[in-house]
Amino acid sequence: MGAGHAHRLYRHGHSPVHALPPHTKLAAAFAFVVVVVSTPREAVWAFGLYAVLLAAVAYRARVPAGFLLKRLLIEVPFVAFAVLMPFVAEGERVDVLGLSLSVNGLWGAWNVLAKGTLGVAASVLLAATTELRELLLGLQRLRLPPLLVQIASFMIRYGDVITDEMRRMRIARESRGFEARGVRHWGVLAKSAGALFIRSYERGERVHLAMVSRGYAGSMPVIDEVTASRAQWSYALALPCAALVVCLLGWTL
Amino acid sequence: MSTDSIPASLEVSGLAFAYPDGHQALFGVDFAVGRGERVALLGPNGAGKTTLVLHLNGILSGGTGTVTVAGLPVGRKHMAEIRQKVGIVFQDPDDQLFMPTVREDVAFGPAAAGLKGAALQERVRTALEQVGMADFADRPPHHLSFGQRRRVAVATVLAMEPEILVLDEPSSNLDPASRRELADILRALDVTVLMVTHDLPYALELCPRSLILSDGVIAADGPTGDVLSDDALMRAHRLELPFGFDPKSVTTSGR
Repeated sequence: MGAGHAHRLYRHGHSPVHALPPHTKLAAAFAFVVVVVSTPREAVWAFGLYAVLLAAVAYRARVPAGFLLKRLLIEVPFVAFAVLMPFVAEGERVDVLGLSLSVNGLWGAWNVLAKGTLGVAASVLLAATTELRELLLGLQRLRLPPLLVQIASFMIRYGDVITDEMRRMRIARESRGFEARGVRHWGVLAKSAGALFIRSYERGERVHLAMVSRGYAGSMPVIDEVTASRAQWSYALALPCAALVVCLLGWTL
Repeated sequence: MSTDSIPASLEVSGLAFAYPDGHQALFGVDFAVGRGERVALLGPNGAGKTTLVLHLNGILSGGTGTVTVAGLPVGRKHMAEIRQKVGIVFQDPDDQLFMPTVREDVAFGPAAAGLKGAALQERVRTALEQVGMADFADRPPHHLSFGQRRRVAVATVLAMEPEILVLDEPSSNLDPASRRELADILRALDVTVLMVTHDLPYALELCPRSLILSDGVIAADGPTGDVLSDDALMRAHRLELPFGFDPKSVTTSGR
């Protein structure tokens, strides 16, 4: 594996979590998020336990806390929305530090913040321990429509090619003295985008030709069989199962 | 040409084709390529070379005439077999290499034909070794140099164990070292090769025999050295040797 091989969300390692088959990890992360979302928001302690569970997974996967927290920053725009809720929501109000806040809004904000953070943290962990390509294999294994998987894998393969083409077009524009400044130049940019679209479309046709020439008949052949043993499944599903116990406790207590 | 019991790798007879928009690209093309031969297909731009290539594995069809690959007529009935037997290496390796890693790309063809497990891995390894790219199996294609990508593109086709290898402009965009490496690889292969090219010295280096396709017909067919030395013929079909290149002064080892 060369440098720059992996996506930057991925953290190379050899932990037991890295070694799990991708579809078990996908299923576990998805089940975990479902369980978290269905937990009553009043059970504040339950969310604390979820966080502890994730921290345990991160520890097993040897993903440092700093790495995880930095990736969590993607959540910030949603947090901003959550912060607004106590100010705008209706209903009973309470005074905090001289500000009148809605009780409902406070609970709502907490709800969004806690569940969102846990969901994002679970996804970040999944991405940190699973390569993009493996994720696709996992999705294929979980019977996601093959067309969607194919589209996603072509995006990964050709993203760089198209970005490069875009860069060359920009250099060609700038070499002839063009600089995008203001609305008057939007026309030129729009035409470039159109040309890029047509080029990509034509490349798509050529790729299809190459695929058909090698025996493609509508479905991708299975090259890497991913299979999971019972032990691997139970190892992966330990996380959502533990979370489910917490959730049930949250509903009954 | 093969007159013995082994069928020719490729036989094209009376092939004519017009595109749906009415533009006629081929006007009755006839030629045969015997097993193990390396033949160059030369011709100016717009001579119908690409159209001809796309007929060889049945991507284009519907005109008149026939194409036979190792005794098998190209047609709907044997399409899967034909596409396994005719390996086309397209000009832009980025079009040819569409899977996330080199290994998966090389495996694509054989896997589509139903090969799996250890046999598939073995096939991939052999093909990559033939082009000297075995160490790059787990790399994504876009992280390779252009010459390496071209070699992997050849491997993707070799993995299907084709009867005939069809190369579209194999030397385009290659630096001299990559060009020579590719030539060494092609020379070492034990398959029939049809090489479509503008690169006349490359044709002379690799192919003992050449065809000229011009205006949709085969205008010449003979030993590459003779074809390239025939000034009148070359001029008539807009073929030009690079400055200072004299085919008569080059001694090719032949085969």
